[in-house]
Amino acid sequence: MTQSVIELAVTDQDRRVAWLATAAVALSLVDAAIPSPLPGVKPGLANIVTLVVLTRYGWGTAVWVSGLRVLAGSLLLGFFLAPGFFLSLTGTTLSLLTLGLARHLPARWFGPVSLSILAAFAHIGGQLLLARAWLIPHDGVFLLTPVFAGAALVFGTINGLIAAKLLAEPEPAETTHV
Amino acid sequence: MHWLSLIRPGDWLMMLAGLATVGGSIPIFWQGGLADRAIIRQEGKVFAEVDLRSRKQFEVGGPLGTTLIAVEPGRARIVSDPGPRQYCVRQGWLMRPGEIAICAPNRVSLQIAGRTKVYDSISY
Repeated sequence: MTQSVIELAVTDQDRRVAWLATAAVALSLVDAAIPSPLPGVKPGLANIVTLVVLTRYGWGTAVWVSGLRVLAGSLLLGFFLAPGFFLSLTGTTLSLLTLGLARHLPARWFGPVSLSILAAFAHIGGQLLLARAWLIPHDGVFLLTPVFAGAALVFGTINGLIAAKLLAEPEPAETTHV
Repeated sequence: MHWLSLIRPGDWLMMLAGLATVGGSIPIFWQGGLADRAIIRQEGKVFAEVDLRSRKQFEVGGPLGTTLIAVEPGRARIVSDPGPRQYCVRQGWLMRPGEIAICAPNRVSLQIAGRTKVYDSISY
């Protein structure tokens, strides 16, 4: 094999992020395949991965996994740098910031379900604000807010429950991935 | 049920807060409530104010001829108008408070009103 000039040292952390991001991208694709009555109303299954990563490996890893998911997911689905990409990016950024604050809530009282609901609301809130500011500069955008908020609550709760279920199981051994 | 055991006490609070947010957002974003009246104007003066639970037809006379208006439960429309461009007819059924169809050439307008007044615009 030709000797490479640049040697990239791949750490265990890199491998972990790559695997988790792959799982998140796969769930994004499943998400996109589910028909939705309204653009914007989506289950957001990939957020389950974000929640599990946040609890197991911390906020930094969650940011990496989410960021890679938005990037790779948009490339695979063909909307990279299209309006949908920026909506996705804004929603993800806001929900990550919210999660960064919300993870300091006492864990005895607030579990993944709370985090998931907060993240879902932040996600749709960010998307609505960007849509209002950039895509449709008219207050008519907000007409569907109650529908979006309702969807955020329902899907946030369901995703939170799934994340809580996954987190209740024992942590997988690190070496099985490699 | 083991799914319920995954929900911590604060999670219930968070769900309630979420429900309150959704419930609270409805009156904020769906202001004006339900459409309950149709107001027909001719030359700017109120020609008729109709309850949107009834089913009626109106013939409103203007400088060009007769504008025909239909009112049905929950909606109203301009059926025909002698105006040249037919904008008000093409608007179709009006259902939400604040919606208005104006037949400017014949000086007739049809507006939907709710319990509270919705403003088109506000300036200071």
